[in-house]
Amino acid sequence: MSRIKEFNLPDLGEGLTEGEILSWLVKVGDTIELNQPIVEVETAKAAVEIPAKWAGQVQAIFHPEGTTVEVGTPIIAIDTDPGAGPLDAPSTTATPGGDLPTPSAASLAAVEVAPAEGMVEPGLIGGPAPGGRTAVLVGYGPRTTAAKRRPRKGGVPAQAATTPTPMPAATAPAPQPVAAPASAHDGQGAATTGGPVLAKPPVRKLAKDLGVDLRTLTGSGPLGSITREDVQQAATGAVVAAEPIRATSVATSAASFGADREQRIPVKGVRKLTAENMSRSAFTAPHVTEFLTVDVTRAMKALDRLRGRREWRDVRVSPLLLVAKAVLLAVKRHPMVNSTWAGDEIVVKEYVNLGIAAATERGLIVPNVKDAGRLSLRELADALNDLVQTAKSGRTSPADMSGGTLTITNVGVFGVDTGTPILPPGESAILAFGAVREMPWVHKGKVKARQVTTLGLSFDHRIIDGELGSKFLRDIGDFLADPEAALLAWT
Amino acid sequence: MAKGDPGGTTRGRRAAPRSRKSAAGDPELVQLLTPEGERIESVTGPDGNEYRVDFTDEEYRGLYRDLVLVRKLDAEATALQRQGELGIWASLLGQEAAQVGSGRALRTQDMAFPTYREHGVLYCRGIDPIMPLGLFRGVDQGGWDPNEFKFNMYTIVIGAQTLHATGYAMGITMDGKTGTDDGEAVIAYFGDGATSQGDVNEAFVWAGVFNAPMVFFCQNNQYAISEPLERQTRIPLYQRAAGFGFPGIRVDGNDVLATYAVTRTALDNARHGQGPSLIEAYTYRMGAHTTSDDPTRYRIASEVEAWQAKDPIARVRAFLEKQQIADADFFAEVDEQARRESVHLRERVLAMPNPEPVTMFDHVYPNGSPLLDEQRAQFSRYMESFEGSAH
Repeated sequence: MSRIKEFNLPDLGEGLTEGEILSWLVKVGDTIELNQPIVEVETAKAAVEIPAKWAGQVQAIFHPEGTTVEVGTPIIAIDTDPGAGPLDAPSTTATPGGDLPTPSAASLAAVEVAPAEGMVEPGLIGGPAPGGRTAVLVGYGPRTTAAKRRPRKGGVPAQAATTPTPMPAATAPAPQPVAAPASAHDGQGAATTGGPVLAKPPVRKLAKDLGVDLRTLTGSGPLGSITREDVQQAATGAVVAAEPIRATSVATSAASFGADREQRIPVKGVRKLTAENMSRSAFTAPHVTEFLTVDVTRAMKALDRLRGRREWRDVRVSPLLLVAKAVLLAVKRHPMVNSTWAGDEIVVKEYVNLGIAAATERGLIVPNVKDAGRLSLRELADALNDLVQTAKSGRTSPADMSGGTLTITNVGVFGVDTGTPILPPGESAILAFGAVREMPWVHKGKVKARQVTTLGLSFDHRIIDGELGSKFLRDIGDFLADPEAALLAWT
Repeated sequence: MAKGDPGGTTRGRRAAPRSRKSAAGDPELVQLLTPEGERIESVTGPDGNEYRVDFTDEEYRGLYRDLVLVRKLDAEATALQRQGELGIWASLLGQEAAQVGSGRALRTQDMAFPTYREHGVLYCRGIDPIMPLGLFRGVDQGGWDPNEFKFNMYTIVIGAQTLHATGYAMGITMDGKTGTDDGEAVIAYFGDGATSQGDVNEAFVWAGVFNAPMVFFCQNNQYAISEPLERQTRIPLYQRAAGFGFPGIRVDGNDVLATYAVTRTALDNARHGQGPSLIEAYTYRMGAHTTSDDPTRYRIASEVEAWQAKDPIARVRAFLEKQQIADADFFAEVDEQARRESVHLRERVLAMPNPEPVTMFDHVYPNGSPLLDEQRAQFSRYMESFEGSAH
């Protein structure tokens, strides 16, 4: 071991992060004894004298009086064997009146990666408190230092564990099996907001699960604390627009693969929610899916006529509007499809909160049009347009997404014919609306090119029998085949 | 006191019980060695007992050695904390006589229940002073076998140990181990602040009504962290015992002889089946409450200086010198022994191994549990996912 020993400022009182050098009681060149007071340091709790940890000769003093020094930083170097002759390495002795020497790079590096000798590895208790001067007289002050961790096995750069900024998932180098992601959110690099983040533990947990960085939020709760709603809102993009979307965007961006030619993407945020919802639904509600191919030529023509009307001139009218109308009218004829399985009872709803599955940059979200059954066609069109625009701009609120009763997924926009959709939890029916194509179709006894689409309806077989499901799907198809007649017949 | 207070009557009534402010000293206080080192042959306490000690010269020198060593080891621990080697330390500086006097009064069969500051009592029980340091260094939970040392584990919760002690003492009675010269007794240590705890008052009740072989040893060091005695009690603490139906006595806690005499009598009364008693050892905490505390924020320098003049070690040294019981060589030898022992203690503290993280599972259940075994395995796998060794 080197005869020159550097003494790091210790935590003098249970969770302090720094101390101010009040006065040096020794100077460079002094011979000192073990436990001789060498420096007076003032912390948030007390002004104390620090006794020398080693006997020897003061080799260097790194911080002048009046400076504030972080815990763990070298403050003095002591030659523990001054009688052994001159030092091999160039001395770091301070010149009188000159610049203060700096601790050796090696010692700084040691401080960086490992706790000071004998110190218990600091944990990460309490929220971040920039500046560290938390006024606590006795007892346990908040731990404000970040945990210094050993690197993970498997080639993770040592820096990764202590880098305060969240890393884009695309470059996340390795799986972090347990607990590690928490550090990116709760503790380190607290400088962004300038104060501790107030949030209850369940909210912190939620934020962690959804991949929301609490420090980027403005709390709406008491004392500016962050509420569950704030987090949910942030997760769906209603508040944060500037924050780059992590995890979900990875799927489309150029992936960077490791040496094993595999890329690992942390499951969080919308992806995690979607996964949870889908597997919950898929393995609790017995799904049945039925298909119906319909000639929608008349409906398309009706849409064109609608677009031509003056009062509809400014409205974007898409086939989805007619499908939505078809579903709403069919629900009126078969109310049981608009229901929820609640264990020992079935909750049938008079209102229809019509969900529209939307692919957004953030991932799949399903906002719904509230009480869509009461809307006129024009109101429905406006509501659908609003909903789609809001979703695309990433401003959909949690309220918009909750309480859905029945959903349409418009897979046709991706150019596919249909699918077997999975029910959103709590809903009993979901309709997949495929692409509308020109197809050969037998029309009035002759094969003609007609506009044709395929509908796929999944329903919860606990509530909806094949007969009911078939009738419901049939009615939707009838409407799309001849909207005017259906309207006349049913309303 | 409120500004609008009419003064006179109220102020007079309140001031009366404050014995510590009285100019003539503390009349109720049993003292056998004055701060100047004058021996008082014997004192008849307000309880009618006559207190005296008859030590040989060797025993006097032994007490001095204890006091010096205990202080030196305590100072070393404080230094170790300042150097980042202990997380925290509760110094006994100023209370050496109260601890050595009572600790030496204990007999082998007696059981002691300490707080977290009884390093001097621990030393007098013949226990290696390294034992509690693992707790303060954060490398163990401060656990040891209380029965092996007849010294319970340090109790951080204020006053809790008085109930444990009382229960233990009641057990002694049930085992029929009182009533003879070789009977067993229990001593429970606590501070002035703890007397406001429900636990301590409950312990008083139980010990009183069950006539438990107990000595409640209160080191009144004048401050409950920053709270002065004036805001702790309106009567001298030892007088509280009367309300619970057992004797209480105040002793000069900076006088190792008087503390020894008073404690010895109280323990003997307990072991003979005469029930509990309360000793208020009137002393002063010269240092901070713990290393996390700054006493200059709540007490004035002149008060500390006044107590400095009552130093428990200086008076013994003065007595030994005046009586020619010890010479300069002896004092130098004691200092050298203290220095050696403190260096030895330091070396052993620095050499304390950091525990493997998984050892936290070791002392939860005596025979383990499936759930903990699973957690341990899980945690081991997690720890193994890091590069390098644990330390």
